Amino acid sequence: MVKEFESSINEKDFILQGIKEGLRLDNRDIYDFRQLGITFGPDYGRSEVTLGNTRVLAKVSCEVMRPYQDRPAEGMITLSTEMSPMAFPSVEPGRPSEEEILVSRILEKAIKRSRAIDTEGLCIVANEKVWSIRVDIHFLDHDGNIIDAACIAAISALAHFRRPDITVIGEEVTIHSIEQRNPVPLSIHHMPICVTFAFFENGEYVVVDPTLQEEQIRQGDMTMTLNIHKEICALSKAGGTPLKMETIINCSQIATTKAKWITEQIQAALDAEKSKK
Amino acid sequence: MSSRLELIGPQGLRTDGRRFNELRNMNCKPSVLSQADGSAYIEQGNTKCLAAVYGPREARTKAQVLHNRANINVEISLAPFSMEERKKRSKSDKRILEIASAVKQTFEPIIMTELYARSQIDIYLQILQFDGGTVQICINAATLAIIDAGIPMKDYVCACSAGCIDDEPVLDLNHLEESNTPELTVALLPKNDKITLLQMESRLHIDKFQQVMEMAAKGCKEIHTVLDKAVRENIKDLLKKSSI
Repeated sequence: MVKEFESSINEKDFILQGIKEGLRLDNRDIYDFRQLGITFGPDYGRSEVTLGNTRVLAKVSCEVMRPYQDRPAEGMITLSTEMSPMAFPSVEPGRPSEEEILVSRILEKAIKRSRAIDTEGLCIVANEKVWSIRVDIHFLDHDGNIIDAACIAAISALAHFRRPDITVIGEEVTIHSIEQRNPVPLSIHHMPICVTFAFFENGEYVVVDPTLQEEQIRQGDMTMTLNIHKEICALSKAGGTPLKMETIINCSQIATTKAKWITEQIQAALDAEKSKK
Repeated sequence: MSSRLELIGPQGLRTDGRRFNELRNMNCKPSVLSQADGSAYIEQGNTKCLAAVYGPREARTKAQVLHNRANINVEISLAPFSMEERKKRSKSDKRILEIASAVKQTFEPIIMTELYARSQIDIYLQILQFDGGTVQICINAATLAIIDAGIPMKDYVCACSAGCIDDEPVLDLNHLEESNTPELTVALLPKNDKITLLQMESRLHIDKFQQVMEMAAKGCKEIHTVLDKAVRENIKDLLKKSSI
């Protein structure tokens, strides 16, 4: 196995000292996100998100499938994450790493478990045919905080996606191609936004949106998923340094403002894309 | 429809007859296995878990050796007969791997791993019966088994879940409740009230968050007294046996 590249001790000390003084290498405030870029297209349901140097691509596709027996009137959503050795030199191709499992579970909780997408609206004929929506998430470049970038990419791709229109007459289902009829958007209940925190010095110093170097020296992390209605959709702090309750409450307040800001950015990007067409 | 399910009865009692702030009945016993260095059996309501700890011992593969501390390895398996539907669950089930990784990361800063460089501590957890709260029972069982193995820890790690039914915070959810309400699992160090693990699923409004978290933390403390009592009784038994 290839060992992950690590910063030198001097470099680590330097970054840590900076964080203690409220300074970061890329000249951000400790509670600031990096520059967020969202681009769509060329086809529906494809978005590329850049968060500083981190780059994630999400592509949504759909097909008609038979529903699960215990949920005959609900469509399906599948999230698939792929960490290639392109962005993660330490990852062994073919076998999912622990990090990949955690990332895909957080995204699953954020998007599926919080019912962000109306799955009942994806039903065509109960017990027979439903839409199965698949989101493929590819990590192109890894400079820390892939979870937040992946979540933004996935939800903006879902918001941008259009599925072919259908007509149902009795048992007969006709799927109209995009040329024939205007495709229809998915109905999205809310947009879950992940905000990741990194903790240093036994939880005394908190940083939002850590870079790869900051991730290497952090002692713990926490990902909060919120929507614009101030609801926590998922929360994940798997071990790491123990935290005081006040710190967590404080983080949740920061996360609400960040979630609002990111939602506005996504909305602006979607509107800009719409006006282009 | 499952979402229309009445989780709170007209008398204000939950489906299994508990009040809002009541834990499930808890039974625990350390030292239940002869081969393991440390072991424990825990029941929390209808969820039952068996834990075995081996080590610190030589690491199995060279890749796992850490030069400055012990490596912790956690494996969780769900018995095929543990759920309503008999089903063999593969060890590479994402959900199980996620819990295993959460348990591992929870204990890494708590176990004094720096005392055992280049060695490995194995924690094996077996869910025998499932009725909600897998993460919490895994952590509680592991704590008890590690203490039984005599591995130095900075503190107990006690975990408990809480949720919110009809805007009312409720403690220690069972499977029926956790599939229909938001569930927050907290793992707490009772000595300094710090939180090591925090996991939540489904939607909860931020105004309710603190209330639910505090309730879960209170549950953790109750669990701590139960675990502590079990440990002390076990030691007393041991002393009695060794003095004869």
